[in-house]
Amino acid sequence: MTNSIAEIEDAGCIFIIGSNTTACHPLIARRVYRAKEKGAKLIVADPRRIQLSRFADVAVQHRLGSDVALLNGMMHLIIANGWQAADYIQERTEDYAELEKTVREYTPEKVAAITGVSVDDIQHMAEIYATNSPAALLYAMGITQHTTGVDNVKSCCNLAMLCGNVGVAGGGVNPLRGQNNVQGACDMGGLPNVYSGYQLVNDIKSNEKFAKAWGRPLPDKPGLPVTAMIPAMLEGKLKALYVIGENPKLSDPDRNHLNHALEKLDFLLVQDIFLSETAQAADVVLAACSMAEKEGTFTNTERRCMRIRKAIDPLADTLPDWQILCRLSSALGYEMNYADPEAIFNEMAALTPSYAGMTYARLGLDGLQWPCPNADHPGTPYLHRHQFARGKGKFHAIGFLEPAELPDDEFPYFLTTGRMFAHFHTGTMTRISPNLNVEQTTGYVEIHPDDALAEEIRDGDMLTIASRRGEMEAPARITPTVRPGTLFLPMHFGENPTNILTSAEALDPIAKIPEFKVSAVKIRKFSEQMGKIPEETGAADPVEADAAAGSR
Amino acid sequence: MECELVPSVCSYCGTGCGVLFEVIDKELAGTLPMKTHPVNEGKLCIKGWNLHEHINSPLRLKQPLVRSFGRFLKTGWDEAIAIAARRFREIIDQYGPESVGVLVSAKITNEENYLAMKLARAVLGTNSVDHCARL
Repeated sequence: MTNSIAEIEDAGCIFIIGSNTTACHPLIARRVYRAKEKGAKLIVADPRRIQLSRFADVAVQHRLGSDVALLNGMMHLIIANGWQAADYIQERTEDYAELEKTVREYTPEKVAAITGVSVDDIQHMAEIYATNSPAALLYAMGITQHTTGVDNVKSCCNLAMLCGNVGVAGGGVNPLRGQNNVQGACDMGGLPNVYSGYQLVNDIKSNEKFAKAWGRPLPDKPGLPVTAMIPAMLEGKLKALYVIGENPKLSDPDRNHLNHALEKLDFLLVQDIFLSETAQAADVVLAACSMAEKEGTFTNTERRCMRIRKAIDPLADTLPDWQILCRLSSALGYEMNYADPEAIFNEMAALTPSYAGMTYARLGLDGLQWPCPNADHPGTPYLHRHQFARGKGKFHAIGFLEPAELPDDEFPYFLTTGRMFAHFHTGTMTRISPNLNVEQTTGYVEIHPDDALAEEIRDGDMLTIASRRGEMEAPARITPTVRPGTLFLPMHFGENPTNILTSAEALDPIAKIPEFKVSAVKIRKFSEQMGKIPEETGAADPVEADAAAGSR
Repeated sequence: MECELVPSVCSYCGTGCGVLFEVIDKELAGTLPMKTHPVNEGKLCIKGWNLHEHINSPLRLKQPLVRSFGRFLKTGWDEAIAIAARRFREIIDQYGPESVGVLVSAKITNEENYLAMKLARAVLGTNSVDHCARL
């Protein structure tokens, strides 16, 4: 997030696009409600009619994958009405002329035809966003999980800069991050091309800096992102994989493709607190302790680095992940000896400018928001205050592109995937929590009443959903929250594995993110086929569960 | 009876709500919202209130496992680490460091992510490091 969670309360307008905030980030949604109580305007654009849509001043359900067209349409009208922040654009940004030229083509009529949103609604959205500053834009994976993910993000930035909303309190472009420490994992260099603090591996100075600190020569060519590791496994180029605290068997696209790739590995090492679907395929499983059993820090979506503390002793013969990493490194001939996580933090902070001013003592209970470059720096609630990190804010002229896959005669439905309130990601944590599992014990597929009527489907009927990649079963949930012609599947349920259907080849060309939010599928009623029974997984003892699952 | 409240941060979504773990006689008994925390100001969602449940789950792994003839055998740390190190070393010696990939995690701490990245780059010699930010 460019801005802070608490600032959302003081926004004049909140524009939420591609985030089901009440389900996925409830305590951020709370700030949205509080802002509404204080008089803020709310705009919601989501292919589904989400809970926040009910409270919005304008809520639209645009067609899957049409975000760039919708945002360009808003910008077209803002410029046509002279609502843009002319002084801000002049002083703080560059390449405005190209943006103006591109969005000129996105007339309301053209945008309405692409997105399915009425001209009236597009006009309301543009006026409300532009005339109620500061306006905070919130997005999540509804924006990023597309072949045009980077284009979508840049379009959000264009809109925010056009109205002078970046670098002001209560405004900003605010991605809501899904995992508790996804921000920290990126900040710490858990990416193929950067060390901690986004220092490039192929930059001579940063490569030398880390090589000197670590006492080893370091590879200077960026490595493979996860979406390229899978083809590399299939081609036999990637032979060994070390997976820490992840369950790619459920989270990665095109599961059949991934299963085949994992089978080709010579060695799969998995480190987790549960025997996840992925761990069941491992050669060696390292049993990590939970977050309540160790010390460390997490960095949240507003860049706030906060301490976690050990509450109980590690379960049985489990170890904190940091100790496992130290032991493995030492066994590989590179001694890693740290007294505690604080010593690791201090080494990291000394090499990472945005964390350089942080110590455990300074983090206290509230944490600190990066950049925090020195010991006297109070942290940074919002970025780009006086000028952009790169100098001038750059507008990117972006044209609309269709998603990789559109419905056709054979696969007539749009499919989108997502999350629901009681469960989390692949369900490894929530489905074994009795008070959460009771809220929703099985997967389901949402289908519009019109489609259900046409297909003679009743609520609860078992449906087979098939794409070009594979097929899976789920019971129907008839609901008007989806548009006619669109289906929605939650991703949490291993026995209804959504990612059998999604594509591992439809990737954003820059970010390499898969297009989980758009696939083309067909459906048929399960009762119309010869008995194919959905796979059951999960036995009581994890060691026994392996025998039952019998993969690899 | 011994009762302790230990400050921590919820490990579900990226919001980062401050929690207090309720520890009674060394058992994790519950999760409470931290009243003073700048993010959640004394509130939690349904997942946060039940954060301790996954930690107390009987399905937790209790020791390292090694596959032998298709089945997992329970083992100790020395053996598990030795096997992992030997297999990585053999594969790197035969196919080079680029034949190894590491998926770090959006669930482990900053310190652990830093170490995992350091292990991949300085020890295994590969930049093929990634995690599920995209997924």
